Amino acid sequence: MEQRPVIERFATVTLVAGVGFFGLSVLLFAWLPFQLTRQVPMVTVEEIAKQPIPEFYDLARRYPEQFMKYFGEPNSESYARALRMGRDIYIAEACWHCHSQFVRPVSNEDIRFGRVSYAAEHQNELQLPQLLGTRRVGPDLIRSAGKHGNDWHAAHFYEPRWVVPTSVMPSYKWFFDPPAKPGDPPQPNARGLAIINYVQWLGSWAEPLPPPILPAQAAQP
Amino acid sequence: MSESQYPQPAPVETRLVFWYFVAGMVYFAIALLAGFFFSLQFLNHYPFAGIEWLSPGRVRMLHTNAVAYGFILNCFLGALHWVVPRLTRYPVASRGLSWFIFWAVQAIVLATAFGLLAGHAQAIEWGETPLYVDPFVVVGLILMGINFSVPIFKASRKPLYVSLWYFSVAFVWTTLNYVMGNFIPQFFTPGAAGAAIVGLFIHDLVGLLVTPIGWGLMYYFVPVILKKPIWSHAVSLIGFWGLAFFYPLQGVHHFFWSTIPMFAQYSAVVSTIGVEVVVMTVFVNFVATVRGRGEAFKQLPIRWFYTGIVFYMITCAQCAYQALLTTQKIIHFTDWVVGHAHLVMFGVFGFWILGIVTELWPRLTGRPWHNPSLNTAHYWLSTAGMLIMFVDLLAAGVLQGYLWQSLAPWEQSLVASVPFWAWRTASGLMIIAGQVLFFYNMWRTAAAPLPAAETKPVPEPVTV
Repeated sequence: MEQRPVIERFATVTLVAGVGFFGLSVLLFAWLPFQLTRQVPMVTVEEIAKQPIPEFYDLARRYPEQFMKYFGEPNSESYARALRMGRDIYIAEACWHCHSQFVRPVSNEDIRFGRVSYAAEHQNELQLPQLLGTRRVGPDLIRSAGKHGNDWHAAHFYEPRWVVPTSVMPSYKWFFDPPAKPGDPPQPNARGLAIINYVQWLGSWAEPLPPPILPAQAAQP
Repeated sequence: MSESQYPQPAPVETRLVFWYFVAGMVYFAIALLAGFFFSLQFLNHYPFAGIEWLSPGRVRMLHTNAVAYGFILNCFLGALHWVVPRLTRYPVASRGLSWFIFWAVQAIVLATAFGLLAGHAQAIEWGETPLYVDPFVVVGLILMGINFSVPIFKASRKPLYVSLWYFSVAFVWTTLNYVMGNFIPQFFTPGAAGAAIVGLFIHDLVGLLVTPIGWGLMYYFVPVILKKPIWSHAVSLIGFWGLAFFYPLQGVHHFFWSTIPMFAQYSAVVSTIGVEVVVMTVFVNFVATVRGRGEAFKQLPIRWFYTGIVFYMITCAQCAYQALLTTQKIIHFTDWVVGHAHLVMFGVFGFWILGIVTELWPRLTGRPWHNPSLNTAHYWLSTAGMLIMFVDLLAAGVLQGYLWQSLAPWEQSLVASVPFWAWRTASGLMIIAGQVLFFYNMWRTAAAPLPAAETKPVPEPVTV
């Protein structure tokens, strides 16, 4: 039998390199971060839903027939349902490929978006799986609560260029029911209401910062 | 080219290799179209606006998943069925199992494509495969591992060649990685810890599946075509063990400046630089192998391989530089990363696959290339398109990063990016034009009448 150096053997390669080194990476980069972050308990949707955001009630008032049809009364139960549905749509439409959900402590992001992200704000059931994101074509969304009204969001989802002329965001016309009479505006359906509610929820827990000091050029509308 | 330049042939399922390449190229065509249409969204000329199942966000996932699981995995499996029996001189575990895996892969890719377009995606980057498909992927990976490990294990009574180290470990890694990346963040770890695991998964899919199989194939095809051994066995050992140790440790660099604990972010910087230094030895090994053999570049496969190897060197140098916390302040979230990803997936591994198909297609079909000059045009269009896209997206990324930092209104970064996005689409069209020539050439070659004195059965024509 020819001489076989240990590091060139099938068992060494598969067990040391394959299982061992991979296990080391899991230990350092999965198990350790998990041990650190689990000190903050994960919040369930039901706990979040104890206090619906004001925008949720606004949706119920602004689109009463649609809201009643798809979600019933605005309460904690319907709010939890809307949050879960909104998160699922956010994933299904791959919103997270073009929008992130964390504000970095660099690149003036706290001035542009708001308070820098902290680990506890991602410790909730709606971050299973996490939606931090790796690309921004559009802006970060973790501080978007209340930045725009529900009507702005409805117009923006229907045709983004109506409110942001240079936007490259796709239009999501399937978030809307066709108008009852020709000429009426399309009304958001269950998916439209849910995704607007979800975006309005993002960052609703973070206390607002004082208004940012922007360069003169950026301050103009 | 004569058969004698290859090692003694072992039972190779030639038709299986052929069909893997056909399937790979069909998904490649789909991926190219999906990428092209998605790029039109950035110019606000998306042709299917308002159609839910062809929403740009869903088509984007189709693009990346068709590249990874349709194009690269299929072509790699085909090449493995060609290489492993030759290197080990044993057939794969089971002929029936091989064909079962072939159909299982196609079923999984099609189910994934359906799930993505239907809105059942999972929010794991590169793992958007719907949750209901994931268990089948794991079973498939285990079966692939068994199928190829049996001949490698039998051959391991003698010292194993470097290619076989890479092949035998790739399926162990990928099975573990797939289970970790698709199930733990989905059910157990939210937020920062989940992001750390997803980072590992994103990086390990490229680093522990595509990279080892790609390098293993290069360690086979380059010496065989050059008819000379690889320059240094010792250096190939360093390359392998360096990759094996450092590669799994760097996934967190996809989420720098996030809420992931900083010790993980700092370690990811160190191991990223570490792996790039170590894999540079692989680059040196291959350059030293081809040294003094400049005439070999007249052979198109060698040209594909070495262009890919140079691109690999560029991506590694770039990776060590871009994974610094300082650089990340500007280039993270921008098109810079998109350019990097395209150079890795197409410029390196895509180029290697195209070189392998260029080399093997006449041998699989038993016919000479219909028109070799089309293959030359294919090479130049792909290389030029890839380089333009890479430089263009890098420049766009730097511009976007500084515009965001400058606090200019967000829309300004969109307006400034439009010319770059237009160039991206144009360079993508160059790449597509090259592949159309190649697909046409493949089809004409396979459909041509057999040369005289050949009695092989006629494979069915390739339609892509």
